Amino acid sequence: MNTHVVIVGYGMAGARLAEEIRARDPDAAAVRITIIGAERHLAYNRVLLPHIVEGELSRADAALHGAGWARENRVELLLGTTVRAVDRAGNRVLLDDGRTVGYDRLVLATGSTPWLPPIEGLRDGAALAEGVAVLHDLDDCPRIAAVAERGEPVAVLGGGVLGLESASALAERGTQVTVVHRSDRLMDRQLDGPAGAVLADALTDAGVGVLLGCQVRRYRPGTGLELANGTVVPARLVVVATGVRPAVSLAAAAGIAVEHGVVVDDLLRTDDPAVHAIGDCAQHDGVSSGLVGPAWEQASVLADLLTGADPAARYRGSAPVTALKARGIDLVALGETHTEPSDPVAEVLRLADPARRRYVKLVVRNERVTGAIMIGFPAGAATVAQLYGTPNAAPAEPLDLLAGATAPASGPVLHRQASSVICRCNTVTKGELVTAWQAGARSVDALREATRAGSGCGGCRDTVCALADALARAEPAAAAATADWAEIEGVAA
Amino acid sequence: MPVVTQVDTHCPYCALQCGMRLSPTTRQGGGPVRVAARDFPANQGGLCQKGWTSASLLDTQGRLTTPLLRRRRGAPLSPVSWDEALDFVADRLRELRADHGDDAVAVFGSGGLSNEKAYLLGKFARVALGTSQIDYNGRFCMSSAAAAATRAFGIDRGLPFPVTDLADAEAVLLVGANVAETMPPFVRHLGRAARAGGLIVIDPRRSATAELASLHLQPAPGTDVALALGMLHIALAEGHIDRDYLAARVTGFDEAWHAAARWWPQRAMRVTGVPVADMRSAVRLLAAADGAYVLTGRGTEQHADGVNAVSAWINLSLALGLPGTMGSGFGCLTGQGNGQGGREHGQKADQLPGYRRITDPAARAHVAGVWGVEPDSLPGPGRSAYELLDALGTDGGPRGLVVFGSNPVMSAPNTGHVADRLGALDLLVVADFVASETAALADVVFPVAQWAEEDGTTTNLDGRVLLRRKAIPAPDGVRGDLDVLNALAVRLGQPASRFPTSQEAAFAELGMASAGGPADYSGISHARLRAGEALHWPVPDAAHPGTPRLFLDAFAHPDGKARMAAVDHNGPAEEPDARYPLWATTGRVLQHYQTGAQTRRVPELAAAVPEAFVEVHPDTAARANVSDGDLAVVASRRGEVRARVRCTPSMRRDTVFVPIHFPDAQRANLITNPALDPVSRMPEFKTCAARLAPWPDLPEGR
Ligand SMILES: Cc1cc2nc3c(=O)[nH]c(=O)nc-3n(C[C@H](O)[C@H](O)[C@H](O)COP(=O)(O)OP(=O)(O)OC[C@H]3O[C@@H](n4cnc5c(N)ncnc54)[C@H](O)[C@@H]3O)c2cc1C
Ligand code: SF4
Repeated sequence: MNTHVVIVGYGMAGARLAEEIRARDPDAAAVRITIIGAERHLAYNRVLLPHIVEGELSRADAALHGAGWARENRVELLLGTTVRAVDRAGNRVLLDDGRTVGYDRLVLATGSTPWLPPIEGLRDGAALAEGVAVLHDLDDCPRIAAVAERGEPVAVLGGGVLGLESASALAERGTQVTVVHRSDRLMDRQLDGPAGAVLADALTDAGVGVLLGCQVRRYRPGTGLELANGTVVPARLVVVATGVRPAVSLAAAAGIAVEHGVVVDDLLRTDDPAVHAIGDCAQHDGVSSGLVGPAWEQASVLADLLTGADPAARYRGSAPVTALKARGIDLVALGETHTEPSDPVAEVLRLADPARRRYVKLVVRNERVTGAIMIGFPAGAATVAQLYGTPNAAPAEPLDLLAGATAPASGPVLHRQASSVICRCNTVTKGELVTAWQAGARSVDALREATRAGSGCGGCRDTVCALADALARAEPAAAAATADWAEIEGVAA
Repeated sequence: MPVVTQVDTHCPYCALQCGMRLSPTTRQGGGPVRVAARDFPANQGGLCQKGWTSASLLDTQGRLTTPLLRRRRGAPLSPVSWDEALDFVADRLRELRADHGDDAVAVFGSGGLSNEKAYLLGKFARVALGTSQIDYNGRFCMSSAAAAATRAFGIDRGLPFPVTDLADAEAVLLVGANVAETMPPFVRHLGRAARAGGLIVIDPRRSATAELASLHLQPAPGTDVALALGMLHIALAEGHIDRDYLAARVTGFDEAWHAAARWWPQRAMRVTGVPVADMRSAVRLLAAADGAYVLTGRGTEQHADGVNAVSAWINLSLALGLPGTMGSGFGCLTGQGNGQGGREHGQKADQLPGYRRITDPAARAHVAGVWGVEPDSLPGPGRSAYELLDALGTDGGPRGLVVFGSNPVMSAPNTGHVADRLGALDLLVVADFVASETAALADVVFPVAQWAEEDGTTTNLDGRVLLRRKAIPAPDGVRGDLDVLNALAVRLGQPASRFPTSQEAAFAELGMASAGGPADYSGISHARLRAGEALHWPVPDAAHPGTPRLFLDAFAHPDGKARMAAVDHNGPAEEPDARYPLWATTGRVLQHYQTGAQTRRVPELAAAVPEAFVEVHPDTAARANVSDGDLAVVASRRGEVRARVRCTPSMRRDTVFVPIHFPDAQRANLITNPALDPVSRMPEFKTCAARLAPWPDLPEGR
């Protein structure tokens, strides 16, 4: 008998869980899967929504599954169907169309819902007011894009990652866009003060208006956002990006323990062992990350457990990295970014270069990078992002991280030592070439005959040529002193 | 001494098969043989140090000139006559088969063998021994590329275009291929790309090749699939996808994209450590170039997901519309001298000559017809190389092994274990011209001829069939491999005519056996090659001019379309932890070839790089308490290798590199991971979790 797993939510976590289960149990011998998803679309990549707004990707490009996916993977898929309630006593869920589906194990992957601040004009009853949008679902994209299409101004309420990615996408299309942020620092969850300032400048350069420390009084449809100081930010559309909240109502109504999110343990179990939660709706060890990386790690662990592929699998938290997807801005933030240099234990290193829109902060604890912000250092950002979460230590000189994985290679050939290899193909050193030259090999061809330098890939020909020239010009000096390189170099230069 | 003759031939080592001219200095061929470079398309008059010094192998100190036999385990190997050695082997083979069945005897071949030898070795296994248990060291080399190319294009020919075509390209992406060290003259074909700023190298190390590049992407080892998917993502997002080409020539794009849609560039950056900006530049260079090629090497292929990695690079190439067009394309760079021909003529567990599948009834009928045996008498597919070695001397595994042209005790992963398995055999027979590390373990060693001592064909990296010529006679006491196979086969009851000893006759028979197969050699003959014809397979008849470029009209699937495979990134087969925090990766240096059995015997090469070293970032070395020049040990969960520390600031701090050429305690493969690719059975040579420690303080508790 196989286990019937019912997954509520066909978003990034739910879809991934089904894939991970089928990767371990392709023939459905251990697990039968039913997915119930409220959206009408096949699984898509929510992370790419800003790129759809930007017009870089089409809506179809965000697809993660094709039409045949459910059939080919023996998954029962109920699209456009909402679970209204969980009947834990009866081990079944009730659907909005009146049907019920029984389960052996239930997985809540209901994601999150946008949170709207209590500002006048944003709502129309339970729905969003005219001229107000969020960017959360595929269906939100065309609305936003349509306003941008008409060339009308847009305000983005909220200067977190999502708000900035939306604003950057709109600016990229040529839309007049203003970010209105309550705090005096952009991405205040991830960034410290100087980083926020550098980012604000970089966004301004990219054509995004940035207003910080704003109290919004109300939204006036068709006109704009009216601030507490009386200013009106013109906007035919307000995109609200003031954060999301885990979607916990189903769990809460069923009496499952809920704090900020649905509380789960290392086996991703709620306080009902037959009910699991993963993704944005779950809270593990006090954390609801709201990021896809942790959601996918959870899906992998839960698939190990549900299929029995690895009964010892446990989820022990993630080391998430925030990377801003805004064109022309390289920003990575991870770990403890708010630790200050006054911290008694950690080494905190900061380097600000506002003129070039660059900023670095590194927090090193016990030789490990435990926090970092990198703006404007693409190679450093990549290196620190990849390093974070691995068992490896920080570089002895932490600033070396800025250069990327490794430092650049050696300088010009004439600065090298006599023992340095000029022709790699034949292991011919600078010293051997000089000896051959002194023995009478006075041209590139003669040097090749004598030493084989340049007879492989031919790549060192220019170097050999330069060396021969330098030697010729240094003739008297070189004839006297054997291989005094500083001298020859001086003459050559 | 007067120069008696000059013989135009090809280098004994790698797949570039550089043209060279040998000049023996005496009529008998004794004395030193001079090597000169020859203008040939692949090398354009260049040779590397291995090629220049290759002739010193002919009179190398350790040359074997008499058969050796160990009568009892523990007894020394002592010289015996050919008849005695052959009789001994034939008797033991017969006994093993009688007592334990046909599969009790296994055969291990090589991508270093000529086409003729590879072909007859396969025939010997299937017909004279009746065993399914044959595989070869090419499994450790080309199998992932071969499987992926076959899946995508329907045929696997390393470069489906002449290597000289590369010279016209404005962009070339080399993935895990260190050509500046492994085949330096190849770099001559990259000139335009290098000058145009379009030479892109992907390698976790700043290799000699990476130093030539305009753009070097330096991903963490084992993250190639994520990088390729991230680049495919960028290609689509930035509008570089060739939609018309996809519609006309490719299937499977949607599914492949569903995988790449998960790899937005920032996610790929997190996993690979490659800056997003560099991924974008690489894609733009390829997309905008007047002529662009993507070429893979072992660095991306020798992984437990090596087939997926190659598929991911093929997908990128297809999305950009490169393969099968004039002036652009995809290819993989074959490593061993006859790595291409060696994988086509039936020494692979699942193949028959002509690159046919052994499970295909039509292929079996055709080949059985040529061999004059019943199709049903041919065995089915056997174990792949590592699985074969792993099974030696176990219950149900082979009890005897016959090795030609390979040194598996060095070249197999987790080689400490492989040495144990070889030790558990009842009979180990090795044919070699030097006392390789594997020969030293054997019960019987046959001294065989080497490259300049007999004619024979190879198929180089672009599928061109070449004739290597005899320049000097073999030393007294040495026999050709074909003679050995014939003598054994006859002793095992086969008609002598079934195992030709003439290279030319063997090649003619190979041609017949390959006729109609994907790698059809039936129109090629030694005579045409001697006449200097440039013949790229397939060559289906004697008037056919050869096929320098495949796929220009159609790919080799029935619908003529290339197939994208939906692949996702799985990562390395083992993870680092606090005890083994680093990645160890392995590879070659310029001066040595393969396990070094040959090149370590060339004084000039041995002097240039005499011992194993470990390249490591100075920070990482300091943390491990070792300094430049110290002896250190690199340990993995399987074993440890001794190597001298080379502090190299261009290394990633999480990665150490060890070359594969050195014996005994310096064997890099003592630490490598035998996790196998599920499709190609390629072991994970290129990534294993490791740690660095001072020598001789062995890491405790292992
Ligand atoms: C625009 C945008 C950009 C983002 N960018 C990034 C990024 O760059 N990096 C990153 O790590 N994260 C990013 N995120 C966050 C990331 O998308 C989420 O962490 C991820 O989607 C979480 O997956 P999930 O399955 O838990 O939730 P979701 O993907 O939100 O899926 C939940 C699904 O459950 C359905 N559902 C809810 N209740 C019910 C019910 N009762 N019955 C049936 N179905 C139900 C919902 O309709 C939805 O389809 C971004 C999010 C957005 C919106
Ligand atoms: S080893 Fe390869 S590159 Fe070097 S000379 Fe021989 S064939 Fe040419």
